[in-house]
Amino acid sequence: MVKIENITKTYEKGKVKALTNINLSIEKGELFGLIGPDGAGKTSLFRILTSLLIPDSGIVKIMNFDVVKDYKEIRKITGYMPGKFSLYQDLSVEENLNFFASVFGTTVKENYSLIEDIYVQIEPFKKRLAGKLSGGMKQKLALSCALIHKPEILVLDEPTTGVDAVSRKEFWEMLKKLKSEGITILVSTPYMDEASLCDRIALIQNGEILSVDKPLNIINQFNKKLFAIRTSNMYQLMQDLKQFGSLNTAFLFGQVVHFTSKNKNTNSEEIRFFLKENNHSDIFIKEIVPSIEDCFMEFAKNEK
Amino acid sequence: MRTIFFILRKEFKQIFRNPMMVRLIIALPIVQLIVLANAATMDLKNINLAIVDNDLSSISRQLISKFEGSPFFTITYRDFSEKGAQKSVALNQSDAILIIPVNFQKDLLKNDKAKLQFSINAINGMSAGITNYYMQSIILDFNKKIIGEWKMPTKELQKAKNITVTYAHWFNKELIFNIFMVPGILAVLVTIMGMFLPGLNLVREKEIGTIEQINVTPIKKYQFILGKLLPFIIIAFFELTLGLFIGIPLFNVPVIGSFFVLYSVAGIYLLAILGIGLLLSTFANTQQQLMFLSYFVLIIFILMSGIFTPTESMPKWGQILVLLIFCHKFMRYQFTLFYQLVLQ
Repeated sequence: MVKIENITKTYEKGKVKALTNINLSIEKGELFGLIGPDGAGKTSLFRILTSLLIPDSGIVKIMNFDVVKDYKEIRKITGYMPGKFSLYQDLSVEENLNFFASVFGTTVKENYSLIEDIYVQIEPFKKRLAGKLSGGMKQKLALSCALIHKPEILVLDEPTTGVDAVSRKEFWEMLKKLKSEGITILVSTPYMDEASLCDRIALIQNGEILSVDKPLNIINQFNKKLFAIRTSNMYQLMQDLKQFGSLNTAFLFGQVVHFTSKNKNTNSEEIRFFLKENNHSDIFIKEIVPSIEDCFMEFAKNEK
Repeated sequence: MRTIFFILRKEFKQIFRNPMMVRLIIALPIVQLIVLANAATMDLKNINLAIVDNDLSSISRQLISKFEGSPFFTITYRDFSEKGAQKSVALNQSDAILIIPVNFQKDLLKNDKAKLQFSINAINGMSAGITNYYMQSIILDFNKKIIGEWKMPTKELQKAKNITVTYAHWFNKELIFNIFMVPGILAVLVTIMGMFLPGLNLVREKEIGTIEQINVTPIKKYQFILGKLLPFIIIAFFELTLGLFIGIPLFNVPVIGSFFVLYSVAGIYLLAILGIGLLLSTFANTQQQLMFLSYFVLIIFILMSGIFTPTESMPKWGQILVLLIFCHKFMRYQFTLFYQLVLQ
């Protein structure tokens, strides 16, 4: 469906490297996630995919159409939802939808079945100007507009950034439904917890792909024991863990520190002993299953 | 074709949804015509004159009465103190001083020669020039009269020695300033409409990011540009029509030429102006930048258009620039419509 080969993109005459030698292959009907922090190059890659940006080198083909040469065809088969709300704020919900349907040479009626589930939620506000919608509703409208021409592939750039938890959950439900309609979906997100909702994910940082696989496989690649540690003095805990002999990584994750050791035989008793020696009290240690975020941190560390 | 129609429909919806835009479109020609055509006049009607008459003779009194009788002068100061007169100029109460020295009449009668002094406040060079011209012409007139009365024994001789120039102002017989201003202002109006609005509209799409969404649709470049420019061609023609509807009856501007020619020329002019607006919009990324940029270009256009300063008096390079800035040409064509053929 999508073949990305050796894509490199630089800005400011080569000074800023946005993407370095990216290779990806996405199957038809896949829900593919591009996971990475801000500035990793997610938007640059998506803009190349949607023919908005020309890569310095490399080839991208969507359904055998080249994104540079056959950009006209590409635009007919892709639906793109930019990270920033880019619909006409001074047109109503209905007018935006009708406008985008008509410039794609179709009508809302024709493809209504595809957007029905999403559109019914904003239909009560169809006369309202798009600029006056709430964040979640704006996002639903943008998705409707991106879908109105029944695209083969849907490219969503950080659709859930700045959206509340409930709306985020709803949004992923909608994506699952669209996937079942046979639409290939590419979605980028900085939220690691959303990664497990994708069929396959690519972890991206500083313009380079760290790993591509199914979320479970990525977690399985994590070959170290991971400990969640909490004590009464978290700051001191971080400082002390750095003195731990076989320390691999120690990151603060919300209320706890995620800790890995270079030594496979390190166990919680050993750590507890070490911490007690360093005068920690209320010690809580548990071996946990790594999350995508842990994997990302691990890969990012190895990359450096 | 259908796509252009959809874009047009969207543009008009957006324009008319913006109450500010609608009000501006209606108010701009009305306010510009009424305010500018009436107030921005080059005629000097009220020159405040300070007179220092040190002679107090019958001739000096006759001269002063000439100034008093003129509709252009108002005597605001009359005393023997030169300092006082200067002070009144400094306080902006007078624009010019006329000093009549002692023995003015005596010198005139005995030596056939006498001197007068003008001092004109030249902070505004243009009005100082006109003031000087008016004062000179009153003195010349007065001079001719006294030569005639005192020196020439017979009427025949008086006639023989005088060369009189009779002149006629063609096309604008009475030099009515409004008739000159109306076409000029309409040209400025069309320029503003053509340069600012489409540029702003295009840059807004860039600024808000909507162009991103347009770019991924199959809309072609020419469709997008046409869809963006056509509404403003229509609005500019509407503005021109509104301006003509108000301007012609309000200022009694004579209409001689053909409206068809005017609208054709306006159409060509608009294309050029829209092109400039389009070009500027590619340089700017925000509406603020574009405002600044177009303002810069617009000011040059208006100053070089010949509406405020005659283009004939510009230096050579200025005249070449005027040719490039076709605003001037458009104004000329409008004059042709309005009153070029009045006398024929």
